[in-house]
Amino acid sequence: MIFTDYLFYLFSGILVLASLRVITANNPVYSALSLVLAFFSAAGIWLLLHAEFLAIALVLVYVGAVMVLFLFVVMMLDINIEALRQRFWSYFPVALLIALLFIFEIYLVVTDKFFSSSDPAGIPLEKSNTHSIGSVLYTDYLLPFQVAAVILLVAIISAIVLTMYGKKSHKAIDPKDQIKVNRNDRVRVVKMKSEKKK
Amino acid sequence: MQDFFSQFFSPELALTLSYLFKIILIVVPVMISVAYLTYFERRVIGFMQSRIGPNRVGYFGLLQPIADALKLMFKEIVLPSKSNNFLFFLAPLLSIAPALAAWAVIPFNYEMVLADINAGLLYVLAMTSIAVYGVIIAGWASNSKYAFLGSLRSAAQIVSYEIAMGFTLVGVLMCANSLNLGDIVIAQEGGISQWYCWPLFPLFVIYFISAVAETNRAPFDVAEGESEIVAGFHVEYSGMAFALFFLAEYANMILVSILAVIMFLGGWLSPVSFIPDGIFWLIIKVAFVLFCFLWLRATFPRYRYDQIMRLGWKVFIPLTLVWIIFVGAMMQTSYAGYFH
Repeated sequence: MIFTDYLFYLFSGILVLASLRVITANNPVYSALSLVLAFFSAAGIWLLLHAEFLAIALVLVYVGAVMVLFLFVVMMLDINIEALRQRFWSYFPVALLIALLFIFEIYLVVTDKFFSSSDPAGIPLEKSNTHSIGSVLYTDYLLPFQVAAVILLVAIISAIVLTMYGKKSHKAIDPKDQIKVNRNDRVRVVKMKSEKKK
Repeated sequence: MQDFFSQFFSPELALTLSYLFKIILIVVPVMISVAYLTYFERRVIGFMQSRIGPNRVGYFGLLQPIADALKLMFKEIVLPSKSNNFLFFLAPLLSIAPALAAWAVIPFNYEMVLADINAGLLYVLAMTSIAVYGVIIAGWASNSKYAFLGSLRSAAQIVSYEIAMGFTLVGVLMCANSLNLGDIVIAQEGGISQWYCWPLFPLFVIYFISAVAETNRAPFDVAEGESEIVAGFHVEYSGMAFALFFLAEYANMILVSILAVIMFLGGWLSPVSFIPDGIFWLIIKVAFVLFCFLWLRATFPRYRYDQIMRLGWKVFIPLTLVWIIFVGAMMQTSYAGYFH
């Protein structure tokens, strides 16, 4: 075994343990933090496969942005774990179905029936990893790439539209109104004569 | 370096030792500059506000940072009741570790770089984006409302300005055609007129302002906001645990300054042809950018929180997008030479 093999087992060991903690931890904040650790270990494994762009993008996007927002929500919520636990078995059949489907998909990928992939680590790249992904993405896979982009755009717009509906209860200030304000709108000078003692 | 160690040890051990030695060569100067940046800050702001600043410990107060460090080391670390012990101590480590790890890819010279990786710029962005976890976890683990509010404010701010910062870097990599920090500097060779701060001037300004916001410095220091929430996310920390947050903040300041110098101000390159290039140019430029940080702090009042968010999302992000499209369009015309 060479050094990178040890690293692989280290990263995959941490990955498996962290993923288990995600579903077994009592505190949802711990679950979210374990998921961060799992992303990190996955990024480490990708680095071992020379997929440096994917590894760093995983850390940048999922760890740096998505999980931060996740933690925001989880920290603000007051979640009662016991109440959630009670309904565990009613959700179990659905979860089992999804899990089986997932295992089947992984089996398809691993046994190489539909996905013809050679050993990715074995191919030496002429240019940098980022460069080759970019050139493939914008030539061979241009249409799927653009379809994905359009789907994302729809998701962004729908997220914005969802927040726009309903009555306006927020107290956000419009900068335009603030700039227009002049002294006469806010201050009224009242002149009075001083009262005299009778 | 490796040859020197391999006289005494096996090749693997020699490689490890040489890297360890290089890491020490980077971390120790960074830590010393962090210590003296605090001194520099207090003196500069003192002069700007017609005060003297620290001048008692040693010549001109030069030993003040060392006295401060000693004081913080011997202070008691107070653990808030019902706080989460493990996360409470993990948070300062999570904020200092990425601040130091990002230095691995910073080039100081044509050869002087610890890890000359292709995706250096992405790596730095990833490391700076991890730093936000120290803030969030510190606020949550302290079990204090003030700390939690401070951490939410500061984390939201960091995440927002990271996007604008990332977009400015897209402009730089379009011009340099590389993500490698050393290649970006070399692409700016040929005197001051070739630096990217000219064709990418709006991006340079946005990068600098986002960097100030990203490091939670005045006038964007709502995380601290003395008049509102005391000290923000690290209000419950004392002694060395607090010192680690402090070190991380200043190490991040130096890091974003050195990145600004590498990407927009030509790194170690000399502005004029008759003076040779060298690491001293890098140090002078970084010192100037850091001085601008302190200058800003002494000059401007604190931003209101909603205006910070508005500036980041509604002004900077659209502006950077427009300039990226502009640069891309110009590269297809006969003016492309100005953008390389």
